[in-house]
Amino acid sequence: MRIRTLAAGLMVGALALTACGKEGSPADPGNGNGEGDGGGTQLPTYEVAQDVTVEGSPTFDKIKAAGQPTIGVKQDQPGLGEKDATTGEYNGFDIEIAKLITAKLGFEPDSIEYKPVPSAGREQALINGDVHYYVGTYTINDKRKEQVSFAGPYFVAGQDLLVAKDNTDITGPDALSGKKVCSVSGSTPIQRVREEGMVEPGGEIVELQTYSQCVEQLAQGRVDAVTTDDAILKGYAAQEPDTFRVVGETFSDEPYGVGLPKEDKALRDKVNDILEQALEDGTWQQIYDATLGKSGSTAEKPTIDRY
Amino acid sequence: MDVLFDNLDLYGPGFLTTIELFALAAVGSLILGTILAMLRVSPVPVLRAGGTTYVTLFRNTPLTLIFFFFAFAFPLLKIVQIDFFVSAVVALTLYTSAFVCEVVRSGINTVPVGQAEAGRAIGLTFGQILASIVLPQATRSVVPPMVSTMIALIKNTTIASGFSVVEAGAIQSYLSERGYSVMIGLLWVALGFVILVIPMTLLQRSLEKRWSVAR
Repeated sequence: MRIRTLAAGLMVGALALTACGKEGSPADPGNGNGEGDGGGTQLPTYEVAQDVTVEGSPTFDKIKAAGQPTIGVKQDQPGLGEKDATTGEYNGFDIEIAKLITAKLGFEPDSIEYKPVPSAGREQALINGDVHYYVGTYTINDKRKEQVSFAGPYFVAGQDLLVAKDNTDITGPDALSGKKVCSVSGSTPIQRVREEGMVEPGGEIVELQTYSQCVEQLAQGRVDAVTTDDAILKGYAAQEPDTFRVVGETFSDEPYGVGLPKEDKALRDKVNDILEQALEDGTWQQIYDATLGKSGSTAEKPTIDRY
Repeated sequence: MDVLFDNLDLYGPGFLTTIELFALAAVGSLILGTILAMLRVSPVPVLRAGGTTYVTLFRNTPLTLIFFFFAFAFPLLKIVQIDFFVSAVVALTLYTSAFVCEVVRSGINTVPVGQAEAGRAIGLTFGQILASIVLPQATRSVVPPMVSTMIALIKNTTIASGFSVVEAGAIQSYLSERGYSVMIGLLWVALGFVILVIPMTLLQRSLEKRWSVAR
């Protein structure tokens, strides 16, 4: 135990040192995706709440004991949850939501320990207690509610298509027959395409490990479209607006929630309160404008679903 | 049980694809591996060097990288367009061949030199000696390591799930999206692999018994 404390101490020390070194650097972008924004949209700062108590929440007790929350995130989704390859910092819409919740639970957003967990491992990470909560394009559905619980939704995405900028013949899900469509292996979007036979007849479904690989295939012209939630696709389109465009015909509802351990109703209510307040006081809008909003599209505010 | 029966549409085709991948790659790598072993013991230095280079290259490259090459880099060369299933078979075959080659070669080494010398003395060519004297004896002594290589191959097929081939290894990510417990789902996948491997183990036992040589 003592060795652990020592190791943690050293790590914090090292982090503090690196932070010192960075402060004086002239071109500090503030956040990793600051390029090209004329200072119009700034990320909000989150006030750390004092003396927070969440009665009857085992997860909150664990966070308190650890002194910092461990949050499951995605690390390869531009605009939502992305790890900056050069600075090692996480940024994006989901990350900001994670920071917001952390601050309102009474912990410094800088103290968060991010843990990248891929889609297929999310339930298990929550069940095992590897992460205290999960914020990363996590669609709320009834089947998943049997294993974990959800606060939110904090965003409502919908399945959409990303195509090459100059592609005009893919206008929506009905125009996919005979096309090659790519998404992540086993993901909900690809299961939908397969079950509804959208690319039939003559089309092909390509399933790769990450969305980035699919986008690469699209850039090379080896697939005609990449399909998944519009939020994810907007992230890629925002990165390379001259190469890609999002078709904009959503054909599903994907309410993103904060994944929590199943039995923790107390924490779920608390997180719902935090999200509700952020939606009302404009913090949510500010976060959106500074992240996904940069793609130029607007988003509807979600309605919190307290089940 | 629910996880299995609710998702038979995943398990059935998934394992079928696994078996297809395995069967094609097994046949391919047994043939290519044996040819490579013959190269490595041949009297011609160029052929020996070629065989050695191949084995060194493919045995030391992680299988995932070979998959990556065929799925992402090879198409850029614009030689021939191959679909993901074919590239998975090719990757598995090339990789496993290197191991099969070494197994066969170790078998060849167990055959006493005198056998080949006797063959040469009665005027057989190198090919004839290999085909009718050395390889038949070599095969007998390599049954267990060869079966191990094949068992490794069947498990290696799961890597294909990352490269657009929906086989048993892909079941887990489908289950997670459908909201089933991945843990239980994986147990069924593991059981499926046990069922696939058992016949191979039985085959190994019976071949060992039938072919055992008194030394």
